[in-house]
Amino acid sequence: MADGIVILTSANFDETIKSSTTPILVDFWAEWCGPCKAMNPILTEIAKEQAGKVTIAKLNVDDHGDIAQRFSVMSIPTMMVFSEGEMKLKMIGAKGKPQLLAEIAEFIPTKS
Amino acid sequence: MSATEMTHQKVIIIGSGPAGLTAAIYTARANLAPLVIEGEPSSTSDQPGGQLMLTTEVENFPGFPEGVMGPDLMMKFRDQAARFNTTFITEKVTKVDFSQRPFTVWVRDTKYTAESIIVSTGAQSIMLGLENESRFYGHGLSTCATCDGFFFRGQEIVVVGGGDSAIEEATFLTKFASKVTIVHRRDSLRASKIMQDRARNNPKIEFKWNSQVTEIIGTNKLEGIGLVDTVTGESSKMSVTGLFVAIGHRPNTDLFKNILDMEANGYLQTRPGSSYTNIDGVFACGDVQDHTYRQAITAAGSGCMAAIDCERWLEAQH
Repeated sequence: MADGIVILTSANFDETIKSSTTPILVDFWAEWCGPCKAMNPILTEIAKEQAGKVTIAKLNVDDHGDIAQRFSVMSIPTMMVFSEGEMKLKMIGAKGKPQLLAEIAEFIPTKS
Repeated sequence: MSATEMTHQKVIIIGSGPAGLTAAIYTARANLAPLVIEGEPSSTSDQPGGQLMLTTEVENFPGFPEGVMGPDLMMKFRDQAARFNTTFITEKVTKVDFSQRPFTVWVRDTKYTAESIIVSTGAQSIMLGLENESRFYGHGLSTCATCDGFFFRGQEIVVVGGGDSAIEEATFLTKFASKVTIVHRRDSLRASKIMQDRARNNPKIEFKWNSQVTEIIGTNKLEGIGLVDTVTGESSKMSVTGLFVAIGHRPNTDLFKNILDMEANGYLQTRPGSSYTNIDGVFACGDVQDHTYRQAITAAGSGCMAAIDCERWLEAQH
């Protein structure tokens, strides 16, 4: 875990999603993707501000392509929200913090 | 940094491509402590770092004999600006008022004022403008070859366009795709000679001349495209699983309509040989005012001009 962000791999993906006590936002990214890099500071801020309410996780599609394939990722960044072990929301493309927060709002508990 | 502490600046730079960040480096080194409102991440529109964030290898930026990845180059620009006391806001300007000084810039509800403004909002890619286009974005249709090429390994894909960016994307995509067809509405390319030769000598690249994309076909993801021959008017279909669009750019000047003087095509007008706009104290640099050269290096050069013009103008006010 770096900056409060969970690093997902082929090995820990299913267990992490299943056992997460909060909704979990997974960012599918790769080193060579400019817009993915642009999302990093935003995701770090959200991880800090929403700690305990939503978990922020990252999955490198270069290293763990099997997971990306399983969820039909064809463009990165793609961000997904998993809740109670299931994928509830799929967002394609980079976006600003206000827009991202609005899109995931329904998964963030209002009371902590 | 709270909004209230940051309300008044000597200079606000709107946009953060090569022009805006060069202007930031120069104004920061002139002790003007610039505020850069760098934009919001996006995969389809303008964004922090500018158009180079969606490109691959940049081979013509001096100082990088081995080439450099567009996003890496822009990170270096940003780090250099940050080193000299530049403040960044990763949001989009939503409104400006240049009718009186200090000038006012809004980011949603937050208001910032400044003695001077440097506009470097750049340009963004034009999409095809087809009815169902947005539905296929991320499902076979892409605006970013570097981001998405990887997912088209062994597939047949199409790149639309005939300029340098189209050829660069097509060449890059041959790393992954089994075949790349360049669809262009004319019978010759606009791209530079070296890029053209590279494409023509690449066995995985084919050309489809005088053709325009009229339709995107598919249920859940892209399965093919409809084409029309621009000479004969004949329609045809082609099956492809990936479609990359690089047909040109438009300036990001919506914010400045009826405020700053523009050319008929929407690009900002600057006084020849300078970065002065029609409003005293508002300067423009980079692609937002350049539809001729549109290179990272010319954008950076004009960003330097804007910073120097701005610094001298500020000095003259006292």
